[in-house]
Amino acid sequence: MKVPFEKLDKAFENRLRLQIMSVLVVNDRYDFNSLKELLDTTDGNLASHLKGLEKEEYIVVHKAFLGRKPNTTYESTEKGKKAFKQHLDALEQLIKQQKNK
Amino acid sequence: MKENEIQDELSTIRNLMERSSKFISLSGLSGILAGVYALIGAAIAYRFIYSKISEIPPDFDHDLTKAFFYDGDIHTATLFLLSVAFVILIASIGTGIYLTARKAKQKSQPIWGNTSRALLFHLATPLITGGLLILVFISPGYYGVIAPLCLIFYGLSLFSASSFTFTLVKYLGLCEIILGLINACLPTYGLLFWAIGFGVLHIVYGTIMHFKYDR
Repeated sequence: MKVPFEKLDKAFENRLRLQIMSVLVVNDRYDFNSLKELLDTTDGNLASHLKGLEKEEYIVVHKAFLGRKPNTTYESTEKGKKAFKQHLDALEQLIKQQKNK
Repeated sequence: MKENEIQDELSTIRNLMERSSKFISLSGLSGILAGVYALIGAAIAYRFIYSKISEIPPDFDHDLTKAFFYDGDIHTATLFLLSVAFVILIASIGTGIYLTARKAKQKSQPIWGNTSRALLFHLATPLITGGLLILVFISPGYYGVIAPLCLIFYGLSLFSASSFTFTLVKYLGLCEIILGLINACLPTYGLLFWAIGFGVLHIVYGTIMHFKYDR
């Protein structure tokens, strides 16, 4: 049987994207700074991958102000949650097949 | 992708999901200490109340609320017991914050982040409601409701906060609620139930937490 690499989501090829998604799936909303702290990454790197996920419509961005400070929060969409689950299922499949070899 | 690479990826994901949505830095040791403080406080209160009761005639109904009225010094007594309770509360919170901050540092989880804020908010809402309700009942002299209401509202607080931390907290909350309801049927044993709920249960919970998660 062929290993279903094609089932893996291209949007999650990058580790950071998958990590961002895993945080947003279990939290209603998560803000940029907390995300940066949690994932221990840089502003630019995080921002570009968030943009990537937004383009795929896996997340939506909420821009708001806390006093005068901008507070951007992110939320995963239904489409994003579904894609995340499928990706994890595919990873699980891969492990199972490699064990059976 | 190699198998262990995938395994690694999955464990990172699991860790992130837990760390971002649950406050996992609660310390078991602080639970044990809070329980010990509560037992000491209960012992002090017990000695205080029963030293008063020994002064009353043997045919007197051993109802604690009535015993207070018999003594005639209800305000001093209430003030004393409330201050004991207050000292226990402050000591428990202080120990809890200190030990939790230490553990949060170890786990590199911020002590004041999204999850701890949510935890505190869900903890505080039922707790403050209960505290105010108890104050309302104390002023006309319904002392019998203090212990059961403390237990029930504390249980509700834990239950509501438990979705942001270990599942064990949920069971602790349920036990406190059950204990409080039983106590409500047996109001004269308030101090005993209070000691079990805040003393013994905390020590049991803290011990389980300590051996399961602290190391």
